[in-house]
Amino acid sequence: MRVMAQIAMVMNLDKCIGCHTCSVTCKQTWTNRTGVEYAWFNNVETKPGVGYPRRYEDQEHWKGGWMLDKRGRLVLRSGGRIKRLLSLFSNPDLPGIEDYYEPVTYDYDNLVSAPAGQDIPVARPRSVLTGKPTTITWGANWEDGLGGAPEHAGGDPNLTGEWAQKVKFEFEQTFLFHLPRLCEHCLNPACVSACPSGAMYKRVEDGIVLVDQDRCRGWRMCVTACPYKKVYVNHATGKAEKCTFCFPRIEAGQPTVCSETCVGRLRYLGLLLYDADRVGEAAATPDEKDLLDAQRGVFLDPYDSEVIAAARESGIPEDWLEAARRSPVYDLVTRYKVALPLHPEYRTLPMVWYVPPLSPVLDAVDAAGGNQDDPDHVFAAVTRLRIPLEYLAELFTAGDTDVVAGVLMKLTALRSYMRERTLGETGDEAVLKAVGLTAREAEDLHRLLAVANYKDRYVVPAAHKEDAAALSAMENRCPVESSGDPQPAEGRRIMLGIPTLRRRTPEAPAGGRP
Amino acid sequence: MIAAAPSHASLAAASGADLALWVAVPYICLAVFAVGHVWRYRQDQFGWTSRTSQLLEHRWLRWGSPLFHLGAFMVIAGHVVGLAVPASWTEVVGISEHTYHTTAVWAGSVAGVAMVAGLGMLCARRLLTRRIRLGTDRSDKLLFPLLSATVLLGITATAAHNVFGAGYDYRSTVSVWFRGLFALQPQPEAIAGAPLLFQLHALTACLLFAAWPFTRLVHVWSAPIGYLARPYLVYRRRRTTSTVPASTPPHHSTRRAA
Repeated sequence: MRVMAQIAMVMNLDKCIGCHTCSVTCKQTWTNRTGVEYAWFNNVETKPGVGYPRRYEDQEHWKGGWMLDKRGRLVLRSGGRIKRLLSLFSNPDLPGIEDYYEPVTYDYDNLVSAPAGQDIPVARPRSVLTGKPTTITWGANWEDGLGGAPEHAGGDPNLTGEWAQKVKFEFEQTFLFHLPRLCEHCLNPACVSACPSGAMYKRVEDGIVLVDQDRCRGWRMCVTACPYKKVYVNHATGKAEKCTFCFPRIEAGQPTVCSETCVGRLRYLGLLLYDADRVGEAAATPDEKDLLDAQRGVFLDPYDSEVIAAARESGIPEDWLEAARRSPVYDLVTRYKVALPLHPEYRTLPMVWYVPPLSPVLDAVDAAGGNQDDPDHVFAAVTRLRIPLEYLAELFTAGDTDVVAGVLMKLTALRSYMRERTLGETGDEAVLKAVGLTAREAEDLHRLLAVANYKDRYVVPAAHKEDAAALSAMENRCPVESSGDPQPAEGRRIMLGIPTLRRRTPEAPAGGRP
Repeated sequence: MIAAAPSHASLAAASGADLALWVAVPYICLAVFAVGHVWRYRQDQFGWTSRTSQLLEHRWLRWGSPLFHLGAFMVIAGHVVGLAVPASWTEVVGISEHTYHTTAVWAGSVAGVAMVAGLGMLCARRLLTRRIRLGTDRSDKLLFPLLSATVLLGITATAAHNVFGAGYDYRSTVSVWFRGLFALQPQPEAIAGAPLLFQLHALTACLLFAAWPFTRLVHVWSAPIGYLARPYLVYRRRRTTSTVPASTPPHHSTRRAA
């Protein structure tokens, strides 16, 4: 047993209202720079929908993640090592900028500098890649709230099979939910395995997956290998960048920016202990539907005395072990089993998990003329209204509807029980028992999911003081700012700052920095 | 190597211009090449990259880049054989001058045409695609013309003299000069009589080597061969030695991560 610790995240999707505050604050913190205008380390997608970049979940096309070869060995879907080196010159499976979207700014300056005239001046969109006026035809969440869904959402790669054909043209009346996505900081990260330079790595102490900017040589294999398409090429530096899980904040014991600013209070951060020796075996589980249990099997019980002894042996400090015991993520993932990983079938063992939304089912209850508050109606809907269930199963359980149904039943029972309690009744424990909860557990889960106090949501132990000098020495500067290179050149300088037009054309002076 | 004292009669016989062009220029360029690489590697790990632009344009790149790179590998291999291996050695192994010449012309033509076609496509996308053109920095503006000039002069020299012309045995002139540089026994007179195209090709190549460390060509030295052998999963510890002072230069203390 080789015990490692990981800071993991859970998101409670029922609470996500799709406000994009997480995306915006993340962008302001990390990607408001030249070269990554198009990149969103955190983005929020409307589901059903094609996602960002377009149809990224279609791995037949994009070749992300892992698969089992004919002999059952775990291999990268994008091919073996030799094939990867042969595609260095031109990567056949790399999304182009048009698969994300062309980043734009606006001629804000025109609003104040236009000569007096009959018409109110407008700020026209202008491509930040070319500086030329452009038409906005796509974005990171173009079909927000199912906008344009009849036209686009049929392209959602999760809508496959017969059940999907039936729903394609009416699902906008059926259900929708928001899916915030960031780097999964996987236990078996395909991006790390695909990096020819060895510039990407997973941190032993907290499991955060990072790109070493000094070692990245711009071979861009990570972008292809990541099935979630959460590694981005900075087109100004030619290097890969990705979500850092806000490691400077995490090291200081603070939640990530996306978590801290989430107005729905739907994110949870906490430690999970896992056995690094069992990662490969779990990722190679033959049946996709067993991957969820296999991954849960890699996680270790922080109360188990053997685990504690092995963790001490691995150098995990006492306060981290204590934090692992208080981890809300451990509770949601392992104890109550209400959180599920996004696309476990990619075999990367992702570490950002989701409590699936009840809302698609509740919408279906409404649509069928039922009562949302009656658990019997909801239970009936969970078992009979297959469409949202099968969709959720495509996302979270490799198509296993029983697991999703189980979680939704649990949430329904919890909801109904706590509703009765709140209304001053005793509460029907039979409902709880049916889903395997005791009254005490229900209250605990309710405290975690519904009350969701700050201190319960985020249990992040700070990095250790004895490391502090080294940390400040390492990170006393912006990770991706210009190194003060003696080498080049105005065009290469990468600084944090207000996003501006990358190049200004003489005929059209634009807003922003002169 | 600059300090090596050339004390040969051949040097005394060479004119000042020949000495400058065929001894001083190559040695200066090689010195810049060597010192430049050390300096860049120590100072600019962050800038040490292929500077991929595939994200912004992939249709031309898809054909141009593999053509150029594979052509370049063959061309480099051809140059190693043609310049570094003396004619006497190939004859010892039983390769006649005629066989050598035919092979060199055929293989060289295929490689050269691939490289020129690929480079042409890469230059075209750089010039014609506005996104790429705007992302072109000063080092690219030096590199692309210099590389194109070298490649075009090389293929023109071969075509003019060895494909369509009467045949020119560079192995007894240019190669002798080339080996002389590295043997620290410069023989400028060996190349002084070579046709102009060969001379120009040699000179632009010298300049290309001098420019090399300051351009994206440095990515050549990072060819990730080690990837074939390393374990798939890479773990790293945060640095825990507290002895690194905050003021150490970036290349020692800073590990930028994103």
